[in-house]
Amino acid sequence: MHQVEIATTKNALMDAPQMTLNMGPQHPSTHGVLRVVLKLDGETVIDLDCDVGYLHRGMEKIAENRMYTMIAPYWDRLDYIAAVSNGLVWVETVEQMMGLDVPRRAHYIRTILTELNRIASHLLWLGTHALDIGAITILLWAFREREEILKIFERQFGARLTCHAWRVGGMPNDAYDDFASDVKRFVDNFPKRLDEYETVLSENRIWLSRTVGIGVISGEKAIAIGLSGPALRGSGVAWDIRKARPYAAYAEMDFDVPLGENGDTYDRYLVRMEEMRQSRRIVKQAIENLPDGPVNAKVPKLIKPPVGDYYHSIEGPKGEIGCYLVSDGTQQPWRVRVRPPSFINLQALKQMSIGHLVADVVAIIGTLDIVLGEIDR
Amino acid sequence: MSVLALLAAPSFVDTLLLKFFSEQTVNYVIWPLIQVGLVVTITAGWVAYATYLERKISAFMQARLGPMRVGPWGLLQPIADGLKLLTKEDFIPENADRWIFFVAPYIAVVAAFIVLAVVPFGPDWAVITDVNIGVLFVLAVSSVGVLALILAGWSSNSKYALLGALRSSAQMVSYEVSMGLAIIGALMFARTLSLSGVVEAQASNSVWFLLYQPVGFMIFLVSGIAENNRAPFDLPEAESELVAGFHTEYSGFRWSLFFMAEYTAMVVVTAVATTLYLGGWYFPFVYRLTEAKGYHSVYVVVSLIVFLAKAGLLLYLYFWLRWTLPRFRYDQLMDLGWKWMLPAALINIVVTAIAVTVIQGLDNPSGMHTIKSLSAGLGLTVSGKVIAIAFGIVNLFLTAGVLSLINWRSRDFNLKKQRHQIRLVDLPKGKPAVAPVETVSEARP
Repeated sequence: MHQVEIATTKNALMDAPQMTLNMGPQHPSTHGVLRVVLKLDGETVIDLDCDVGYLHRGMEKIAENRMYTMIAPYWDRLDYIAAVSNGLVWVETVEQMMGLDVPRRAHYIRTILTELNRIASHLLWLGTHALDIGAITILLWAFREREEILKIFERQFGARLTCHAWRVGGMPNDAYDDFASDVKRFVDNFPKRLDEYETVLSENRIWLSRTVGIGVISGEKAIAIGLSGPALRGSGVAWDIRKARPYAAYAEMDFDVPLGENGDTYDRYLVRMEEMRQSRRIVKQAIENLPDGPVNAKVPKLIKPPVGDYYHSIEGPKGEIGCYLVSDGTQQPWRVRVRPPSFINLQALKQMSIGHLVADVVAIIGTLDIVLGEIDR
Repeated sequence: MSVLALLAAPSFVDTLLLKFFSEQTVNYVIWPLIQVGLVVTITAGWVAYATYLERKISAFMQARLGPMRVGPWGLLQPIADGLKLLTKEDFIPENADRWIFFVAPYIAVVAAFIVLAVVPFGPDWAVITDVNIGVLFVLAVSSVGVLALILAGWSSNSKYALLGALRSSAQMVSYEVSMGLAIIGALMFARTLSLSGVVEAQASNSVWFLLYQPVGFMIFLVSGIAENNRAPFDLPEAESELVAGFHTEYSGFRWSLFFMAEYTAMVVVTAVATTLYLGGWYFPFVYRLTEAKGYHSVYVVVSLIVFLAKAGLLLYLYFWLRWTLPRFRYDQLMDLGWKWMLPAALINIVVTAIAVTVIQGLDNPSGMHTIKSLSAGLGLTVSGKVIAIAFGIVNLFLTAGVLSLINWRSRDFNLKKQRHQIRLVDLPKGKPAVAPVETVSEARP
């Protein structure tokens, strides 16, 4: 992306036919500290440039100086909306380098909790996306359901948001006593609530006019940019890592993958809504077939993966979250690289936004479902 | 209590004042001052508690409680808010145009409050002044509010504020056109521009103009909401795009003035809508039960309450819309204003004119008897009313038809056809990266 010239003087504002608008890093709807420099003709966007890095913490470098078990809590702070999924990709990568066999029960509980996390993340997306487009009430409704999930997380992990969920080789402890009944209650109540949201939005004239045909991206372009997750499936590309390279217990789960057609904001909205239904379906299956047994594999005291490199990825709520790990045989990794779905999805913002209005840029940022913690790492 | 005493016994106050002042001073200075004081206090209180109501109503819609801490059920919250805003720092940005920045909020609040001078809150003394061009006065003065928004947006020297100001000026100018045109239909039946006259026309006919003018009422309400910059038309202050729009740089007391202006403008629009279409302070049976039996003051006070209740219902509509609907986009808003509201208002005028002509034409000694009297508005007999209402209903369908004809090729006309259903695909399962097996597999490198 080429750099947009930033007009600074008072007169440039008046004389120039184009106006440069600096959106962020403090802005209510850039979902964190994203800075977007917009070049406007009237209110039409003719160019834009994203400026990221305001939340950079050097996670990957820190990871080079930590032992394998110590890195996991850092991973929770990548995509802090979906800490459980992030944690899973780290522990599974290490487990596979070590060749550990995680017990079946642990896999099932991992599946349940990552899917619940996907629902929680999508609910937050729904609330903020609707808020960006002006429907305020949905946010609080979505948070009401998210709260139920966070309560389960709190009881299971002791934390609600950054819930250091897993250990290499399994889980820190078994599911708590009422785990199954809590999850079942959520699973039973959730579809009703989801229908409520759809009643307010899906057929709403203003919602349709704000989302249909906005931020269109074709399947080919989406693949070329490297989009993943709902943003890719909204364009009609059938790709879901839960199906293509199943991890945890997904190989034994029965679920469908929703695919959009137009690749516009409305399709991505529908895809995410349907994904929540499918996630619920997975959770329901997993909780009904939850096997007994231990939740931890036999893990050596010192985790020293053999020399080599390994890439593992899972289908996070926002897209493919991957981890590339290079080990030199010591207790600390030689190099860790995260494949950040939000960062790569954000690259589509420019293509999607040019020619639209300022209000649409906000809607498109919302539909890409970015989290700055993961973009800046 | 003094306020209540004043409401109940204005004649007593009148005689008391006459002991100290000349009759002219009482009639033209003191009595209007009392009225102005009353209206401003009551409206300010109403505005303050409108914010409380809005917070409570939105809270109930959103499964929460709303303000609960200050006073019982948070009833003192508006006062706490006001104190907080008054004590905040009055911040002025470095490169702002200081004088305009100072003046803009006052213009906003004055333009909003001054309209109340002609609004008939009730019969007799419950209206400050009955101007015979009341409707024009309302339209003219409320347009001044735009000026405040533009000045505020311009003087802030912020791009968000500037964009907000540009949006607001375009929006308010476009919707004022259809708002003004929508009123004409009601005025044809009222045959006067005085707001009190409009209410009396409805009272003496014992009918609300809403029945004659369903289309006009809808246009007026939509344009009113747009004119007030309220959701779903709150583009000038669209918080998700423009941070806070034209008042991004304002804080503390000046910000609260804008806030007050917004709510007062809402109260004004609901009051004018009530006056024009919902019969103002007129309510069936109230006259017969009070005034006819000689309880004049009771009649006035009950009428006042009727008026506030009607306006309150419309105000609730504002809150309801705000907390359920997403926001329009700027160009869609303009489309709605110019392609839907304006033609609808024009059709409404034509149909109403035809209705009035037909009613007048049918009224002859040999044929039907449609007109009762012309003393207060167009006094219609029952058959005249039936014809007028029938025209109103026909107008609904006619307007819908013509508007669809005009707009059927536009993008937003049939959005439901444009939306696509998503497909559910059961993808084939690939080779598992991790499989939940209990057997020991060979270690990976």
